[in-house]
This record gives sequence, C-alpha cells and structure tokens, in this order.
Amino acid sequence: MSSITRPEVAHLARLARLDLAPEELDHYAEQLDVILQSVARISEVAADDIPPMSHPIPMVNVFRDDVVTPGITRDEALAAAPAQEDDRFRVPRILDEE
Amino acid sequence: MSTQNMTNGEVDVYLDYDEAIGGYDPVIGLETHVELGTNSKMWCGCSTNFGADSNTQVCPVCLGLPGSMPVVNRAAVESTIRIGLALNCTIAEWCRFARKNYFYPDMPKDYQISQYDEPLCFDGYLDVTVETPDGPQVVRVEIERVHMEEDTGKLTHAGGATGRIHGADYSLVDYNRAGIPLIEIVTKPVTGTGRLAPEVARAYVTELRNVIIALVVSDARMEEGSMRCDVNLSIAKPGAEWGTRSETKNVNSLRSVERAVRSEIERQASVLNNGGRIIQETRHFHEDTGRSTSGRSKEQAEDYRYFPEPDLVPVAPSREWVEELRATMPEMPAVKRARLQAEWNINEFELQSLANAGAIELVEATIAAGVDAAAARKWWTGELLRVANETGVELDSLTVTPDDIKQVEALIASGSLNDKLARQVFDGLINGEGTVDEVVAKRGLAVVSDDGALLAAIDEALAASPDVAEKIKSGKIQAAGAIVGAVMKTTKGQADAAKVRTLLLERLGVTE
Repeated sequence: MSSITRPEVAHLARLARLDLAPEELDHYAEQLDVILQSVARISEVAADDIPPMSHPIPMVNVFRDDVVTPGITRDEALAAAPAQEDDRFRVPRILDEE
Repeated sequence: MSTQNMTNGEVDVYLDYDEAIGGYDPVIGLETHVELGTNSKMWCGCSTNFGADSNTQVCPVCLGLPGSMPVVNRAAVESTIRIGLALNCTIAEWCRFARKNYFYPDMPKDYQISQYDEPLCFDGYLDVTVETPDGPQVVRVEIERVHMEEDTGKLTHAGGATGRIHGADYSLVDYNRAGIPLIEIVTKPVTGTGRLAPEVARAYVTELRNVIIALVVSDARMEEGSMRCDVNLSIAKPGAEWGTRSETKNVNSLRSVERAVRSEIERQASVLNNGGRIIQETRHFHEDTGRSTSGRSKEQAEDYRYFPEPDLVPVAPSREWVEELRATMPEMPAVKRARLQAEWNINEFELQSLANAGAIELVEATIAAGVDAAAARKWWTGELLRVANETGVELDSLTVTPDDIKQVEALIASGSLNDKLARQVFDGLINGEGTVDEVVAKRGLAVVSDDGALLAAIDEALAASPDVAEKIKSGKIQAAGAIVGAVMKTTKGQADAAKVRTLLLERLGVTE
C-alpha cells in the first residue's frame, strides 16, 4: 500500500523539471515509498528528549574571514557550459516552457 | 469592462486615490533586500565589486559546481546582527540556514541558501515620521525578521521585441552577483495607517536606508539594485477581515515605493468596486506608468521544499559577541537628526535641505574644525552648493575642505576679507589655484581698509550723485545704500561695506 500518491509524484516531478511517463509515476511512487518508510523509522526512536539535528557533527559558527581569494577564470567558468554567448552562459527561454 | 478582466484582477479605469481609500483600509507589508558591502561573497572568497566584466568574479562555490562547499562570511553575519540591533530586534541564540529549492537559471545551484523559520534577527521595530495635515506623526513599523541569504546572478533576456522575459528567445547569465550576501528585512503587517499608507511605506524604506547607510554595511543604492523593495498590500472594508494580498516587485526608488502603494490601493479598490476579486499574485511595477502589471499567479503556493542546509552548520552568536557588536553601533539617524537640530538650532526642514545637499558630514567636519555652526552651514549650502549645482558635481567632490573654510572665516574675522571676497577665494580653491593664502595673494584679495582711499572713493561717488548726497544730508539715511554700492563697485568689492557707510555718514555730518 503506497502512502505517496501518484499526483504527489507528478507534482514533485514537475518541481524537479522531470518529464515522467505515466508508468514511471507508478514506479517512482513505489520507490519513494520505500525511502519514506525507511526514514520514518527515525520517528520511532525520536523521543521528546532527543532534539532534531540537521548536521551529523554538533558544531556551530564555522566562518571564514571576509577576504577576497582568487576564483576561476571566465574561460574556465564557461568551459563546461552547453552554450555561451557574449561572455555569459546562454540558457533556454525561461517562461512559457510548459 | 469584461467579466474576464474582473476575474484576472485588471481594470481599465482606476478609481482616484480619494475614492479608493474612502471605502477601504489598507494593510501593507514591506520586504526589503539589501546587498551587503562585504569584500567577498557570502559563501566563497569571490570579489563583490560592482561592474566587473561578466563571469570574472566566480568560483566553483558560487557557480554551484559539484563537490564545492560553502563557508559563511563572518563579516556578513556581523553586519546582519548590527542591522538587527539597529532595528531593535532580538538576536537568535542559534539559527540555521535553509535550502530553498527552485529552478531558475539565475541560481546555478538550483537552490538558494536562505533562512526559513530560524532567522538570525527577529521581533524588532523602526519608528518613522510622516507629515500629516496635523503635523509630524510617528508610526512604529514592526519588524518580523532580518535574515541572511545570497543574491542571484544577473539575467539578460535576448530576442523578442522588448528585452523583457516575456517573448524572449533565450537568456544570458552573468554569475558575478550570485552569492553576494543579501539581507532580507521583513515587516510585520502594518495596519491602521489609512490614507497615509503610501507615505508610511516611503518613510519606512527611507529610514531603513538611512540606518543601513549609517551602519556602513551597504551603499543601499536602489537605482543600482543594492537595495530593493517588494510591497505586499491588501485592502478590506473597515472592520472586515483582511483581504487577499498582492506582492509588487520591481519597486526601484523611494518615490516608487509611495507610488506603488498608492497605485495598488487604487487598483484593488477598483477591482472590488467592479465586483471582481483580488487574486494572490506577483505584480511588476513600471516606473514609467506608475502602474503594475500581473506577473506569476501565486494561487498554487510555491513549493520551495525548504530544508535545513546540510552543507552549513548553525550560527550561534554568543551574547558576548552580540554585545561587542552593539558597542560598534553608530548614532542612529533619528537620534542624530534630533541632536543636530538642537546643536545647530535649525528646524527639520532646514536639516532636510542640508541632507538633500549632501552637506551634513561636511558641515559637521567644518564645525569640528572650529568654525561657527551658522557660518559652516552658510558656506556649504550657499556659495559652495551653488557652484556644485552649476558644475554638476557632488558637494564633497569640490576641492574645498573644512579647514579651508576655517582659514577663510579667520580672515573674515580679522577684517582682511569680507563675504564677497571670500567667495572669490572659494572660486580660486575650486579652480585649483592653490591654498587659501595662495589664492588671496595671487588674486590680490584684501579688504581696503585705508581710510584715505575709501574717502577718495566716497567723495567721487558723492560728486557723481549730488542729488543723493542732498537726500542723505536731509535725513534720508536709507539713500546711503546707493553711495555705499558705488564705492563697493569702484573698490571691486574689496571694501568693508559697513565701514564705508560709517565713513560716508561722518563725511556728510549725519548721525543715525
């Protein structure tokens, strides 16, 4: 019994810009369900006296000084771009993509 | 008006403001983004210089390349805490960054690191003053939160007719701006301002900008985009539940903040009065028309799937650190304004004129150099501002220093110069003719104090206008001005007018 529904998978796919076929929606719904159930086991051991954590190592305040350091060159930055124009990354039309 | 127009929130004709505000109470909320003026970006050491060539201030971190890891810029955290303190906020003892997921090419990572339910600063306020027909009124704008995030890359839309995103064939991205520390300051809903809502909104953003500039954490230039404002607004019948709000973006000047609020009140009232409904949407303000057009609908609430940023550890400012930062706080603009008004014995309007002229710091420095307050104000807002305006430069880029004014004032006090000659000294300084002493020497500027020379000039002027001489003798002392003027002219302004007048009256045997 799947607890994540097909429409929810379709919604996630849309947010992630994934074009999934109808049969893939069922496939991923099953897979996501397994993942969710695995993660849900944490709730079984999480008691009120165990605060939620977002990082495996309990540390805070890791900062760097406000100092400029060399980055990479423009040519290096653009080297892996699928398309470039006028020293900039060229990206497909943004609106009306759906 | 068509039914279709009513449902999509557009109307052909807007009510005027009086009609619109007459039937509804507005609720406003302001979200202001400020780019911090740090040397390096929020998570990496790339430079933040404005105006660099495209994609020359980038690295694997701000390009979102695989395997790169962000590290928080301490100066950005400190600036944010200082902004929070200036806005009377509580500084969180512990807070995290959050990942805001969205696909848009201005963010190469496909998410923005921001803060979600744990902002660094929260629950503050900023008092602002608005002018009303009954005099100045103080309005307390409550601050919901001040949080840290990162700016996005700059998109240029290509193809299509308008250069806008609509109709563009493709877009070009410059990631120099991506990752620059960005602070978002969010107000709580501001209610009860009634018809003053537009002025309150403007006064708030103006004062916020003053605070940011006083803290020296950003240049807060709205025209360059280092400070940007989004206006949330809803209206409702008095006493009714709040209406649906719209969010107006692209509000890029203080004046536009006021215009955007006024225009949106007019639009919403017009829609409602025509039987339409307000939809929750993003609108874009247009400086040229003063109106907004509909952007994305927010009916399907955006799903950013925020979650704690796994690549960064929490920020937990110790109370000692917060107090250290509190000790660096400058005098707040409102406090400073009140102090200067009292010290310089001027009213709010006069102070505003000084501020508009960019003269406050210069006048302060001039007074600090030992010049009398009235004289300091007189030179900066009189002769020097006139020259600056004429030549189209800022007051502080004139080559006149507070110390120059001190020297000129000393020469005036000793009787060597008068105001008219002093203006020539400033002219010389601005023309690069050297120091005050050098200009005085080169131009031969000195008050003629030789009584003999003055008396000769007076006699000459009297001889030229015997009728005036008779008038003065018969007791019409006000006629003396014409003779004094003539003497000043023959001495090329290098005489002390008061002295000329005294000598003239003595010469004619008239007493005042």
